[in-house]
Amino acid sequence: MTEKFRTTQGTRVDRSNVINFTFNGKNYTGAKGDTLASALVANGVHLVGRSFKTHRPRGILTAGSEEPNAIIQLETGPRSEPNVRATQIELYEGLTAKSVNCWPSVNFDLAAVNSVASRIFVAGFYYKTFMDPKSMWMTVYEPIIRRMAGLGVLPREKDPDTYDHMNEFCEVMVVGAGPAGLSAALEAGRTGARVVLCDEQPEFGGSLLNTKQIIDGKPAQEWVDTAIAELESMDNVRLLKRANAFGYYDHNYITVHERRTDHFGPGAKPGLSKHRIWHFRAKQVVLATGSHERPLVFADNDRPGIMLANAGQAYANRYGALPGRRGVIFTNNDSAYSVAIDLVDAGMDIPTIIDLREIVDGDLPNAARQKGIEVLTGSGIVATLGRKRVTGVEVATVSSDGSKITGSKRKIDCDTILTSGGWNPAVHLFSQSIGKLRYDEEKICFVPNISSQNERTVGACKGSFDLQSALDEGAAAGAAAAMDTGFGKGKAKASPKALVVEEKAIKAYWVVPTDHPVGQGKRKHYVDYQHDVTAADIMLAAREGMHSVEHMKRYTTTGMATDQGKLSNVNGLAILSSQLEKDIPKVGTTTFRPPYTPVNFGALAGRGINGDLADPVRRTSMYGWHLENGATFEPVGQWQRAWYYPKAGEDMDAAVARETAALRDGVGILDASTLGKIDIQGKDAAQFLNLVYTNAWLKLPVGSCRYGFMLKEDGMVFDDGVTSRLGENHFHMTTTTGGAAGVLDWLEEYLQTEWPDLEVYCTSVTEEWSTLSIGGPKARQLLEELAPEMDFSNEAFPFMTWREGEVAGVPARVFRISFTGDLSYEINVRNWHGLHLWKKCMELGEKYDITPYGTETMHVLRAEKGFVIIGQETDGTQTPQDLGMDWIVAKKKGDFIGRRSFTREDTARENRKQLVGLVTENPKEVLEEGAQLTYERVNPTPAPMVGHVTSSYWSPNLGHSIAMALVKDGHNRMGQWIYAHDRGKVTKVKIVSPVFYDPKGERRDG
Amino acid sequence: MLYIKCPWCGERDETEYHYGGEAHIVRPENPDELTDAEWAEYVFMRTNTKGVHRERWVHSDGCRRWFNVARNTVTNEIVSVYKTGEKPDLPEAVTTKPAPAKKAAAKKAPVKKKEGA
Repeated sequence: MTEKFRTTQGTRVDRSNVINFTFNGKNYTGAKGDTLASALVANGVHLVGRSFKTHRPRGILTAGSEEPNAIIQLETGPRSEPNVRATQIELYEGLTAKSVNCWPSVNFDLAAVNSVASRIFVAGFYYKTFMDPKSMWMTVYEPIIRRMAGLGVLPREKDPDTYDHMNEFCEVMVVGAGPAGLSAALEAGRTGARVVLCDEQPEFGGSLLNTKQIIDGKPAQEWVDTAIAELESMDNVRLLKRANAFGYYDHNYITVHERRTDHFGPGAKPGLSKHRIWHFRAKQVVLATGSHERPLVFADNDRPGIMLANAGQAYANRYGALPGRRGVIFTNNDSAYSVAIDLVDAGMDIPTIIDLREIVDGDLPNAARQKGIEVLTGSGIVATLGRKRVTGVEVATVSSDGSKITGSKRKIDCDTILTSGGWNPAVHLFSQSIGKLRYDEEKICFVPNISSQNERTVGACKGSFDLQSALDEGAAAGAAAAMDTGFGKGKAKASPKALVVEEKAIKAYWVVPTDHPVGQGKRKHYVDYQHDVTAADIMLAAREGMHSVEHMKRYTTTGMATDQGKLSNVNGLAILSSQLEKDIPKVGTTTFRPPYTPVNFGALAGRGINGDLADPVRRTSMYGWHLENGATFEPVGQWQRAWYYPKAGEDMDAAVARETAALRDGVGILDASTLGKIDIQGKDAAQFLNLVYTNAWLKLPVGSCRYGFMLKEDGMVFDDGVTSRLGENHFHMTTTTGGAAGVLDWLEEYLQTEWPDLEVYCTSVTEEWSTLSIGGPKARQLLEELAPEMDFSNEAFPFMTWREGEVAGVPARVFRISFTGDLSYEINVRNWHGLHLWKKCMELGEKYDITPYGTETMHVLRAEKGFVIIGQETDGTQTPQDLGMDWIVAKKKGDFIGRRSFTREDTARENRKQLVGLVTENPKEVLEEGAQLTYERVNPTPAPMVGHVTSSYWSPNLGHSIAMALVKDGHNRMGQWIYAHDRGKVTKVKIVSPVFYDPKGERRDG
Repeated sequence: MLYIKCPWCGERDETEYHYGGEAHIVRPENPDELTDAEWAEYVFMRTNTKGVHRERWVHSDGCRRWFNVARNTVTNEIVSVYKTGEKPDLPEAVTTKPAPAKKAAAKKAPVKKKEGA
């Protein structure tokens, strides 16, 4: 095929470099420098997609990242990308793309029947339609919505590409490389400051790439080339093309999405990361993000061939691709007249410009008239003709207030309509930075008002739409920003002189009338193209009480599509305002949130795309052994803990039954290295422990251990563990695996802020020590073999003491503590000795059939004994008394953290939720953890909930199920039957003591 | 993500720190002498400042020091960072600088003065 609409005018494409590509199954050619959109325009292809809800034919509307219609699926297979904008895809040899949201094809879309039924797709359609009956929510409605709502398709295969992240600092970050941004970067760069300049386009120049402007008497491109050359010569300046600044966060933290290899084609650069996310921390920021042209809202303004005026100009001037043969221009401002002139010069027929303003006498309109173009003033397009391509318009004079057609209609044939409703500064990043906007009545747009960060806005992004202002403001801001960081004197060189043609005022005109009132006939006034929101929808939303812009937005879904309302927000807001008869500033504007344009998940994941680097993983020194011996693992925070060790043919229940039996009858071994460990030293260490634990610590002898609860000041338990006295002023504290970091912060908070006079030093030693817990009736025999020099008799080494010695030939601390109820020793050795000791234990323990066990068995064993796990039995609302552990609270030692709260009314009351054990009526039945409890089987609605199951297991040792639960007034209800509820299933359970096994504690001495 | 200047280590990303709530709330010396209401005031009650708020942070992944930050809760601007035990006056210009959104609201919520660490 030949590119029938290609001219010789375009400055930024290389026609000699022909590129073949496929769109919707057809082969085309384009030129080097084209985007997919410009190549399609050059081939006369405008129908590129179907709208989201009603599946109306849609064409290319813009030439930039604000594109709502030309959303395509790029490539197939694992590298396929859904929902990318054709206006941003650089053409490469062999590119394959297709439209999304249409089936079987964009030319014949079955769902276009929705368009006939579009009357039902009104504002709030989803809320109104998919309500009742409730039973159909998941079975009928959700599948329907999902099928209808999808745009592109995600690849199912693993992503074969790599992505990366970079962190960088700079003095001055300039976003946008149009005239303002280039000027800013030049001035800042000349001071020697570290400057970053990024732009989402493949070339710098911004609007100057699309327009025919004059700087210093020469084409603006010459100035751009000089500026880029100077910037490239500066070592202190980093230039990023194809780099979209998508997020502006606190303290000048800016994230940039750089597409590094997309323009070479998929997989063409295997050594390079496909995308990169830059994390910049800038001392000063200059936003030169330009502006977006705003569409006019008129009847059937969505037909293919209808394009924004500046997009038509960009296609003609930059890419040498005419948007059509014969076009009309529809505007309310002067800027579109330069488009008309450029298009006529490029060889397009522009018979008529339709201007909503009554008086049109600016220099640009007069120049257009001199080109022989007819200018219709006080007029509007009141209807468009054609279906898959516009074929003509009906124009008429319209009333100034937008209420009605005042003259007779006249038909003009055309294949293109270029519209301009004025300009919206691209204030997205400014708004993300918490900058406050102001509505400019003259320019009819929101402009930056109050900055919240070290930031300056310049050029069109500030509402300064003329080229000279952009150059001047950019240069001044660049110099000033650099000076604020200590570079240069803040004075910019005189800017080059731009040729500026003065423009006359724009006229606010939000909805152009048609033959019937808006919303009553067949003609639609589209506001949000991608989500099919019409002016009538917004008016309906206003009538139905959605008076806040945030409500209107959610009710109609205006601005909630992938383009985030770049074109629709201001029009939507203006229509809402006129319905409410309020000024636009009174109705407000929505807050812009990151990302500015969609960012690939792969880019966000970076090197962690395969999951293995997404989060740090912590492993104990015995991890390799567990892995080799078939352990399954359970993540506990970042730790990987052995869960259970299934033998051939065993499932978890079988493995746990075997492991628990071994521990009760023989000897078991557990890797407990993940427990938090804090070394505490200093002359006031004991006094400090006395303040942070509920029990008494001053008189704990050296060589002894004690179990303690820590409370927050509200009296609620927040961590527990065994702490041992290593010396007079030296303690070894253990915490829960998950709570270690929080406990250390909390200890330091009290030491540093409340009791700075105490001389205490805390050091995290979690990773210094490997901890092996050896338990069971035969544990002592094994220990005696492991450490022949040590005395393990009950007399010499009683429960809750610790001894130092040599175990398996390495120095060790042995603690006689038990989380299972059976005789148990916890051996701490230096981390690098952990694996050695473990292997030695397995070797010497073989004759006792030593059994490694994991966290699941540990949980069952401790539950048999009624030992709590903080975070499982507790949720931050339990006192020690609630847990039935009043014994751990010292009554006479004086103050400690949380003590005063015990006598608060709510803490002291009788019927709090208390920890109890539960057994099921049918002993084989295992309750679901989290099951809700009631006192009665049958309950009124809402049911009086009295607690929930916190832990529940099958106990192989006891031969029945066991559970722990928090039950209101539970301590007074021992022996009573209550009911557990799990998704409709009701189970009768009896309240019992949580100590199911060896209640007298006869087994701990072996 | 905030960028916080630890008084000991210098500027670091927020991810290295943990937030510790409102600063300059001192634990009563004799909790037993307080009424329930007075104790609740210490344990539960915090200001909800719109404007400059003095708060505690800890450099968990660095020097593990607790310190104080005066931060504008509207803009997240950090106007002062100081060590535990200090309580410098904030520049007049900072404390009276209106929150951009509503000028009146910022005036109504002055920085709560509390004595102590």
